[in-house]
Amino acid sequence: MSISVSRFLSYALVAAATGVASTAAWAQKEIVVGVQCDRVGPTQTVSTIMCPGFHDYMALVNSRGGIEGYKIRVVEIDNEYKVPPGVEGYERQKKEGAVSVALYGTPIVAALTQRLAEDKIPGTSPGFGTAVGADGKRYPYSFPIAASYWSQGAMGVKFAKDRLGGSLKGKKIAYLFYDNPAGKEPLPILEDLAKSEGFELKTFAVPAPGVEMGAQVLDIAQRFRADFVIAHLFGRAPSVSIKELKRVGYPLSKVISFVWGSAEADVEAAGGYGVAEGYYTMQFAGVGSDYAVNKDIIEMYKAQGKQPPKEMASTVYYNRGVVWAAMHVVAMRNAIKAKGGAQPTGEDVKKGFESVTAKDLEPLGGVAPPLALTPEDHEGGGWVQVFQVKGGKLVKATEWTQAYRDVLKKHLEADAKKAGG
Amino acid sequence: MFHRESGIFKTTYAADMALYPLPIAKATVAVIAAAVVLLPFVLGALMPALSANYYLSIINLIFIAIVGALGLNILVGYTGQISIGHAAFMSVGAYTAANLAVRWDLPFWITLPAGGLMAALIGAVVGIPSLRIKGLYLAIATLAGQLIIEWTINHVPAISGGAQASIEVPKPHLFGYEFKTQGQLYFFLLFFVALAIVATLNLVRSRIGRAFVAIRDQDIAAEIIGINIYRYKLLAFAISSFYAGVTGVLYTYYLGIANYEQFQIVVSIDYLAMIIIGGLGSVLGSVLGAIFVTLLPIAITWIVESLGTLVFEMQQIQHVVSNVRVITFGLLIIVFLVLEPEGLNRLWRNIRNYFRVWPFSY
Repeated sequence: MSISVSRFLSYALVAAATGVASTAAWAQKEIVVGVQCDRVGPTQTVSTIMCPGFHDYMALVNSRGGIEGYKIRVVEIDNEYKVPPGVEGYERQKKEGAVSVALYGTPIVAALTQRLAEDKIPGTSPGFGTAVGADGKRYPYSFPIAASYWSQGAMGVKFAKDRLGGSLKGKKIAYLFYDNPAGKEPLPILEDLAKSEGFELKTFAVPAPGVEMGAQVLDIAQRFRADFVIAHLFGRAPSVSIKELKRVGYPLSKVISFVWGSAEADVEAAGGYGVAEGYYTMQFAGVGSDYAVNKDIIEMYKAQGKQPPKEMASTVYYNRGVVWAAMHVVAMRNAIKAKGGAQPTGEDVKKGFESVTAKDLEPLGGVAPPLALTPEDHEGGGWVQVFQVKGGKLVKATEWTQAYRDVLKKHLEADAKKAGG
Repeated sequence: MFHRESGIFKTTYAADMALYPLPIAKATVAVIAAAVVLLPFVLGALMPALSANYYLSIINLIFIAIVGALGLNILVGYTGQISIGHAAFMSVGAYTAANLAVRWDLPFWITLPAGGLMAALIGAVVGIPSLRIKGLYLAIATLAGQLIIEWTINHVPAISGGAQASIEVPKPHLFGYEFKTQGQLYFFLLFFVALAIVATLNLVRSRIGRAFVAIRDQDIAAEIIGINIYRYKLLAFAISSFYAGVTGVLYTYYLGIANYEQFQIVVSIDYLAMIIIGGLGSVLGSVLGAIFVTLLPIAITWIVESLGTLVFEMQQIQHVVSNVRVITFGLLIIVFLVLEPEGLNRLWRNIRNYFRVWPFSY
């Protein structure tokens, strides 16, 4: 009897507390941001880490009083990496009053690009969508806010050049890629750079689902004898590539992977850090838990009397989620400030994004790139940092770097011209 | 659709094949037509514009799914030929229309039938194996069709056009009027959904439709009574693919982009799920299946979120909600199919039959 009474009391307390909390929220000004995740679909290994990172950062900002007196309300929808739920979810977020949305999944980004511009709601898509989405003039409401595949391709070449003694004349570079449009996207950049830098480029396509690449890897190591390998793979493919390259005896310290083949999970799936020793990875958010923002989040959980979530251990994707959220917060803050404290619209937040600078992201503590968004450049400069698998963890190998911006600019302009004429 | 007399009194073939079995059916159709035409205005009057917009966007997705499900049901439900390549035929339509719309600046009333016809052509080609093989073997052959078409779109820049195999198209317009908002697109899609439903209803009661059903029920017998099996099987593939192509075009115009990832094999499976849940060989079943498969995840999410947030913070249950949705969706489909293997359409018929003689059941 006494148990049920105490249980009843605890329910009543919870109910009362919820009631109080919601009335408090009612009194406070609110700003809504939408985020899309894929918690049960094909890319859940990424999203189930990245989305908690996004939420945790928003919660951190809220625990410190929100943005300029506004409490952030995050409306998450799970799109399962499918277009119809993505479209429906976006409309739901719009209904809830979202002034910016964080989109997830290339097909969903593609499907919503026109709608964002019509609704005047900025949408971010780090690591998704197309390279030409960086062109703010063509796509005013699309914000890739992270290095595109073009930028990553350029960075791969620059990194190879640095490792191979500052010149690529007469060298051989292998491009190992997942055979889909995303995998092929960097090809024009690589081909262009092959001409100007004078290296020999050979491409090796890996067909879906990307778990069979023995022949390609053998070719790279023994017939083509590549001096460097740039790998652009997804899903299970990166871990398979590590294993196969290791098996044929190709040194992993001559391999650099794009951002979707660079998480702790990829290294672990390949057989652990011992196997992947030397493997280089590109990152568009810092790796590790030593940044100020990670410590702040742990502090926040401790203050609430909770354990930090286990997702925090997978720092590659978690930190990407944090930086992603931080960009939204900065944009919303800029928008509220520009409006003199009044409720901003999607259009205001778009302008807020376009005035994000490196300085705004400094408080995070180096986890975010020193990027600057402008009305023309929604990519923010294509900053990438390279980390290497070394002694059981991912160790920073370069500082934040940009590569061949002039070449990229030329290609962006050419593509815009092609689309316009 | 909604009426039946209290027994079966048909004495002529003409009566059996009539589109309107009873005079009152015309009135029902008129009421339904009026309701769907007025719906956006009613929604607009009842709630804020953003909410109305949201519900219309769901209906628009359902509309697109209905056209695709009708097409697949003609092939799988009526003709008994299985196909796992439906999404690929959608992509053929989508890319045909997108290329025509962007390169030659053609309006939707040319690109839409063109997309459908192109898909019909490719569909008939992919359907050729059906002349020799049946069942699971045919399923694998159409699966090959799906993969070949996907591969072709990815590897031929002339088809896939722009960056990452996607082509942006302008929104459809007619005589200077642009279909842009969800409300405007609602009417744009409604027109084609109505057309597709009427066309399918008429198709299945025609000579062609009867031939399809004869082939499904027993192909040797069908051949003996004089049905040219080769011709009708290929025709079924062509007609079904035409619908798929039109679905792809509608999708492209609705989203403003043709992107290859919208038409991958999972989409084919989704459409198969729609017609199996809705009811094979039934027009109403296709419609119900499309509605069910589109709405169910939304409804489950809504229910779980509403219940969950009574006790927990949203952020804590976010992950649970997604998984509960997937589990419930799967469970419900199993439950439905165990309860009524012939789908929602049969369930609806059972209900109707019960009331046909109610309260004087014998």
